[in-house]
Amino acid sequence: MCIFAKDNITNIINMAQKHIPDSSCQYFNEKEETLTREQIEALQLERLQATVKHCMNSPFYKARFEEAGIKPEDIKTLDDIRKIPFTTKKDLRDTYPFGMASTSLKDCIRLHSSSGTTGNPTVILHTQNDIDEWANQVARNLWMVGLRPDDVFQNSSGYGMFTGGLGFQYGAERVGMLTIPAAAGNSLRQIKFMTDFGTTALHAVPSYVTRLKEVMDQAGVDPKTDTKLRVLAIGAEPHSEEQRRRIEEMMGVKAYNSFGMSEMCGPGVGFECPEQNGLHFWEDYYIVEIVDPETLEPVADGEIGELVLTTLCREAMPLLRYRTRDLTRVLGRSCPCGRNHVRIDRMKGRSDDMIVLRGVNIFPIQIEKILMQFPELANNYLITLTTDEDNDNMTVEVELEELFTDDFQRLLKLTSDVKRALKDEILLTPHVKLVPKGSLPVSEGKAVRVVDKRTVYQ
Amino acid sequence: MTIKQLSIFIENKGGTLIKVLDLLSKANIQIIASTIADTKDYGIYRVLCNNPSQAYIILKEAGINVQLADVIALSIDDEPGRAASAIKTLSDDGISILYMYSFLWKGKGVLVFRTDPAEKAKETIMIKKLSFLTEADFA
Repeated sequence: MCIFAKDNITNIINMAQKHIPDSSCQYFNEKEETLTREQIEALQLERLQATVKHCMNSPFYKARFEEAGIKPEDIKTLDDIRKIPFTTKKDLRDTYPFGMASTSLKDCIRLHSSSGTTGNPTVILHTQNDIDEWANQVARNLWMVGLRPDDVFQNSSGYGMFTGGLGFQYGAERVGMLTIPAAAGNSLRQIKFMTDFGTTALHAVPSYVTRLKEVMDQAGVDPKTDTKLRVLAIGAEPHSEEQRRRIEEMMGVKAYNSFGMSEMCGPGVGFECPEQNGLHFWEDYYIVEIVDPETLEPVADGEIGELVLTTLCREAMPLLRYRTRDLTRVLGRSCPCGRNHVRIDRMKGRSDDMIVLRGVNIFPIQIEKILMQFPELANNYLITLTTDEDNDNMTVEVELEELFTDDFQRLLKLTSDVKRALKDEILLTPHVKLVPKGSLPVSEGKAVRVVDKRTVYQ
Repeated sequence: MTIKQLSIFIENKGGTLIKVLDLLSKANIQIIASTIADTKDYGIYRVLCNNPSQAYIILKEAGINVQLADVIALSIDDEPGRAASAIKTLSDDGISILYMYSFLWKGKGVLVFRTDPAEKAKETIMIKKLSFLTEADFA
């Protein structure tokens, strides 16, 4: 099953990815990776037209196009993409679970879902081709940074619904590497895997690498001499250039930034090449736009705006002009590595209030919801994010409604109860601090709920 | 038998204590004894004063987290071993002390504490005829 008409260009790409190139080749998909800008744009237009047409199978997009008064045939040039309305996370929630699908469920083989703690979950469906193309993107990335079939790849992502697990698993297997689905946590076991199995490449969220190094130090393991580690793939949480350099130095390896989001497929969407000067976003798979989050008009290259992505190869659930809410900018459209796919800067922040902490997406409303379940607590709270010795942490300060006891044990119990309830909701344990009523800043109008002091945003 | 003590929740940072003291001072409240217990993040300031009910209203109206706690104030002779024997009497009856502080008042020692369980301490004090102070003693 393939939705795209085959011609000279698409023939090169479709389903060609089962092939593993010779290890001496620096590209995994040489033809696609080395397309000229002109070829990229021609391919994008063709795939955009096919995708838009395919989207008319989705009840959501069919209605959306009718409302906007446009037809698939109106997309004649790449610039015509601006006629298409944006798609948002809210649209995904509103069409839960299957209202966004452009194929029948019979053709789908996989479903990933977000936790849905701020409303309906979001559901992302995949056909066999979607899974194959996803694996190809991840494989392309890993090959790009020098990984080959004789490498040993350890993935410390959470598996299950979190796409960093299966996404990297399939991609690393596609390269032909021995792939270890170590999954998240249990640092001592991770280290044992690394030394016993000769791990040469590790995928982890940046803060976990730091944690792993601490445990290595305690266990007397030096990553530089006691492991064969040479490549790190880091992503799923914002981190600064300085943080990356520190990680590289402490582990004695190269660390490459990875970008992905489950709405597009998962990891694989963008990745740094050996130049480490921006992430190549694969434009044979996506149309990348950067827009002003207020006016929604495109911004010039180099200017910061919201990343908007359109899928070009997705069958089950293509998304048109999806607002990622991530803020970034275009660094360039050429690169000494020979790839002309757009280079995107590391993520600079969010255009909504979502917090990305240690790979977990958290909305302040989730925290609010939990705090409000405790009658002892007042309505005012403040979330502070800090980087302490390379670890990103969250502190939740919350005002006490009534001093219901002067017994410390009971106050400490309240603190630990709040902590546990928050952990169940956001999957991370924040520091919880009770403060007297009236001591948190109250701003005019909308209260400031989040203060981000992490070094990445400095 | 119990007396009212102000328990005030304060943040562990500069300027928070003076705010409370200022409010009490302006209302002409006299502090008899006070103590601060603190954790890393916050503290509880415990105050015995001449007019706890009025002080409570004033602090409450100023938006301060305050509670009126019932505490026991035992009066003991100002001699070595008196505190030990008073507390042993309670301890022998299975009563534990949640917190305690002491001061001198008109030539006598005063032990202020909260117990767990609360009611049983009163019984023991009555039966064993320990001497205690009432709010009227401080007013």
